[in-house]
Amino acid sequence: MIDRGYYGGFGGAFLPEILVTTFDELVDYFNDVKNDPVFWREYEEVMSSYSCRPTPITYAENLTNHFNGPKIYIKREDLNHTGAHKANNVMGQGLLVKRMKKSRVIAETGAGQHGVATATMAAKFGFDCTIYMGEVDVERQRPNVFWMEQLGAEVIPVKEGTRILKDAINEAFRDWVTNMDTTHYVLGTACGPHPFPEMVSYFQSIIGKEAREQILKTEGKLPKRIYACVGGGSNAMGIFSGFFNDRDVELVGVEAGGKGLDSKMHAVRLSSEDASVGVAQGYKTFFLQNKDGQMRETHSVAAGLDYVGVSPILSDLKEKGRVRFEAATDREVIEALSLTIKKEGVIPALESSHAFARAFKEAPQMSKQDMILINQSGRGDKDIFTIADAVSDPKWKEFITKKAEKYNA
Amino acid sequence: MLRDYLENRLKEKKILLMTHIVLGYPTFDDAYKIIESMVEAGVDLMELQIPFSEPIADGPVILQANQKSLSGGSTVSQCFEFAHKVVERFNIPFLFMSYYNILYKYGVSQFVRDAAETGIQGFIVPDLPPEEGEEYLIAAENHVTSPIFIFSPTTSDDRMKYLASHGKGFIYCVARKGVTGAGTDFSDHLNSYLKRSRQATELPLALGFGVKSKSDVDFLKGKVDIAVIGSETIRLVDREGVGAVSEFIKNLNTD
Repeated sequence: MIDRGYYGGFGGAFLPEILVTTFDELVDYFNDVKNDPVFWREYEEVMSSYSCRPTPITYAENLTNHFNGPKIYIKREDLNHTGAHKANNVMGQGLLVKRMKKSRVIAETGAGQHGVATATMAAKFGFDCTIYMGEVDVERQRPNVFWMEQLGAEVIPVKEGTRILKDAINEAFRDWVTNMDTTHYVLGTACGPHPFPEMVSYFQSIIGKEAREQILKTEGKLPKRIYACVGGGSNAMGIFSGFFNDRDVELVGVEAGGKGLDSKMHAVRLSSEDASVGVAQGYKTFFLQNKDGQMRETHSVAAGLDYVGVSPILSDLKEKGRVRFEAATDREVIEALSLTIKKEGVIPALESSHAFARAFKEAPQMSKQDMILINQSGRGDKDIFTIADAVSDPKWKEFITKKAEKYNA
Repeated sequence: MLRDYLENRLKEKKILLMTHIVLGYPTFDDAYKIIESMVEAGVDLMELQIPFSEPIADGPVILQANQKSLSGGSTVSQCFEFAHKVVERFNIPFLFMSYYNILYKYGVSQFVRDAAETGIQGFIVPDLPPEEGEEYLIAAENHVTSPIFIFSPTTSDDRMKYLASHGKGFIYCVARKGVTGAGTDFSDHLNSYLKRSRQATELPLALGFGVKSKSDVDFLKGKVDIAVIGSETIRLVDREGVGAVSEFIKNLNTD
């Protein structure tokens, strides 16, 4: 093994022997592109002509007035092609797959955003594509399943384990150990064995690079706090990494509080006592697990945050005190989402709405001279079924009922 | 020592049989009966898998056995108690197989020490390469027990030597890419891989992944020292019950 990628005591490469050669090869290719300025230019070019980069920052004037606190800015990752920051990582890995001359990509997906992004990239670059998705998530994210299939990907519902994101990752690994000669596993978040945490963060760092430049240009100073939601941690790593050296900028990661910490139905790894350090899915980090080391069930209204582990880089940043971690409950998230839609006319994804919820909680205590930045990692259209249920919209229910009657006729 | 036992056995048999069970599956009582039949049918050593919720190297059969054992409430401490019972009762070597998190949460050194004191003779931890296993290797050395490492067809000659330098007891060669339980084509294309494996180490070689029948075991005679039967006995128990195990193993074990 060439290199194992540790961040403090976290990370590593706990690999089955069959994958060691594949990972060595991947580390080699990644090190090459990292040191190749041509590659980054090619990446920026693809992201500007195929996705919507640079994505803007939006001044949320109405929300600012509403809270009568700091100026609120939003980094608009929802404006990426396919509607989320996931495109940044996927297009980067896609270019890498071309260099590696592999012909097939596989991916796990929770909310379906990473699956859609991967299927899109595969369509553009001409790769075969298989997406693993927990059966529970297939149920709650049908629109994304529809698009993946339209894009030519095969979507395999995972019926094992808790049937959500972590189980989809296990199945993707099982596919990879069989097909690694032709296949690259496009892991969607800054987790897993080395080099994935570093590589995914590297591609996502484009968010923070842009955001820092944009906010300096607009405001002439840096924000007081930056908020990002944390599932696996890729959008948070993306925006935070642009500000690691700015010690006065406080970085706040917001985890999925689900039905509340006391309910045990949550996905809070870094800001609760329910998690402990362990090793699974090839890396060492904080996991929600029992005392024997068996992974626990997690819960969140946002499928993309419903994950049992977290980026080892974020675990390290937590230990070092560089990032503060908080949790937002499902209820707080829905409220923040409704408020944001009504006040600003932007629709954050349920995942991203966690960052909004925490920012809204803290904003009233902050000074009007301050300024904060929220990463809107994705757009909420995909969540239409979940959000419609959460706000219990009668007209939507009527529409769905009529639609169903038509299909049944 | 495990290796001495294996080398002595190999003076009497052309190929040894190692079988595998998932602890607590279908129940601990059934697992005990399965072991009893296997030992009586002439199995030479056994892997006892401590179930884990995320067994990424295992295919559907063993994966489900892991999950069912856990949903039945199996704990690591029950696995230790069970291991103690079978080690006392049956006179063959038993190994623990599990994923690293089980050792890590227990405390790696403590796990190895407690297992060694229970009479467990070795460990197979498929997601723990030697690079990540310093504490594990030191503990195994201190408690005179065997860390068993894995070769795969994608492992280079140099890496085989590296793995073998940390391994004790024997080397577990996986027959092919993929996870446990899928079919393996036992034909001459395996020869060059097994030859490379043989050249890399003096340790006995075991071969597993997809070994299902007497013809598979016969094919392996003279090529490796141990044939490993994993998923197939679980399938058999699922299909025909515990009673079918004895005849299946006896048939594999005839010369």
